[in-house]
Amino acid sequence: MTLHNDPIDLIRAKALWMRRTAFQMVFDAQLGHPGGDFSATDIIATIYFGVLRYDPTQPNMPDRDRFIMSKGHATGALYTALCAAGYFPEDWLKTYMQPRSMLNGHPNRNYLPGVETNTGPLGHGLPVATGIAIAGQITQATYRTYVLTGDGELQEGSNWEAAMTAGHRKLTNLTWIVDRNRLQQGAGTEETNGLDPLDKKFEAFGWDVQMVDGHDHAALFAALTAPTTDKPRAIIANTVKGKGVSFMENKASWHHGVPTADQLATALKELV
Amino acid sequence: MAAPALQIQGLHDCREAWAATLESLAAVDDRIVAVVNDSVGSSKLGGFQKKFPDRLINVGIAEQCMVGVGAGLANGGRIPFLSAAACFLTGRSLEQIKADVAYAGFNVKLVGQSSGVAYGELGPTHHSIEDFAWLRPLTNLTILCPADPWETAEAIRWAAIHDGPVYIRLSRMPVPDLDIAHRTFRVGKAELVRDGSDVTLIACGTTVHLAAKASDALKTEGIRARVLNMASINPLDEAAILAAASETGAIVTVEEASIRGGLGGAVAELTADNHPVPVERVGFPGFVPTGSVDWLFTEFGLTAQGIAAAARRAIGRAGK
Repeated sequence: MTLHNDPIDLIRAKALWMRRTAFQMVFDAQLGHPGGDFSATDIIATIYFGVLRYDPTQPNMPDRDRFIMSKGHATGALYTALCAAGYFPEDWLKTYMQPRSMLNGHPNRNYLPGVETNTGPLGHGLPVATGIAIAGQITQATYRTYVLTGDGELQEGSNWEAAMTAGHRKLTNLTWIVDRNRLQQGAGTEETNGLDPLDKKFEAFGWDVQMVDGHDHAALFAALTAPTTDKPRAIIANTVKGKGVSFMENKASWHHGVPTADQLATALKELV
Repeated sequence: MAAPALQIQGLHDCREAWAATLESLAAVDDRIVAVVNDSVGSSKLGGFQKKFPDRLINVGIAEQCMVGVGAGLANGGRIPFLSAAACFLTGRSLEQIKADVAYAGFNVKLVGQSSGVAYGELGPTHHSIEDFAWLRPLTNLTILCPADPWETAEAIRWAAIHDGPVYIRLSRMPVPDLDIAHRTFRVGKAELVRDGSDVTLIACGTTVHLAAKASDALKTEGIRARVLNMASINPLDEAAILAAASETGAIVTVEEASIRGGLGGAVAELTADNHPVPVERVGFPGFVPTGSVDWLFTEFGLTAQGIAAAARRAIGRAGK
């Protein structure tokens, strides 16, 4: 067992394991969304192994912090994190996408401990996270709610309904992280239905906004643990789709691309 | 604002029973919260808001957000009652109801107000005649359509205790108290309103008292029409429906809803699979023309006379 004196070292080690494991899962299943897995991996690793307060033996503990995975298709990143966090044994990962597996193509809270809500259709995570934060607000609970959305999914109007509600209610117990990889399934976000300037939009909706390098664990950790203000917090994490594997980076085709055996071997050589 | 004229002559607006029941439940269970889409007045929740200002969450005119927030509140241990016009609650946020409430299995109560054609002349954009058909395939979502104030209160009380997603379809339409002694509200069980052996009229919500009137009218012709109040659309009382099929041989369904996929659809599916008998479906065939509620009910046969005529057709088809 490796000892990690620095929390950032632990996050880095977990993120590396998550990427290697997720790509193997996608190869085995010949299904998945590895491009989005890899843009989100460092964010999710920082949240689960540096920030979130949880007990995997008590997944429904009322005062647990919540993490909502709005980009539910990136299950390679989510499931490896939940596994590394201790919610279920590593063997379960081998069932990814298999018939009757608890590891569905999109997460299901009724199958898998640690999953807070069922996601998959885009634009659902932020409203649900807003509701969890409202519950915390009216009961003066101590938990925090973190929600990770993609960037392309912000084209769904439901996000902006929730962004208004959270800003209006000053949900200081809510943190929204955007995986800003600038690519959606078919093309770039800005050529499809442009999102910039996201920071100005969030500010206008009443959010405290931070911009970070979404692959810099120390910067992510600092943004996620920064003192709260009187507003909900949005963190725009600038990321690279397919991050960590040279032939995948910034290629929209890896949104749901699956590797050949050679590509898997090459990727695992790079992910060290 | 003056009280609506609906209270006179023994007719009731079931929203009063809904609001009074929710307030009484909220007084003893602080987990209960109300979520609205700028619908405090139309949901009669002004009193709730005064008593429990922190537990009335108004997300504004944003139904998709409202349903997602409801799922989140349930995740946070609350018991949310979401109250909005049925047309927008079910139509605008159908995917949220499917994914966030039903599939995720959260303890959310969806209360559809002014359902059916209650908005009359405002037209099909504001009518909610499709909701049963949209929601019935979400099999873990309990669907209730109470017929009078007593049943409305019972449905709300049951929903507050039941751990799971529920849709309760309410109306602002004036309805009388069903004159039935010793009533017990049971989800998944039909209520016998009139007994009979020639034909069975299966109704829900605002049409149950009309089916009872139809049965009384048919009696003068020597036709004994059983009437079942099918407030529980899901789960359905399959035993009562199949008993009606085998014992009376002809069925009429009556609902303030589309004749496609709702109560009529459910009864037709069940009987086709198990005990085929003629089923006449009274309801709306699709988008309706402009008209008042009374005109629409009359035009499409949601009257004692219209239901009685459907009963005669069903009996004729059965060759009785």
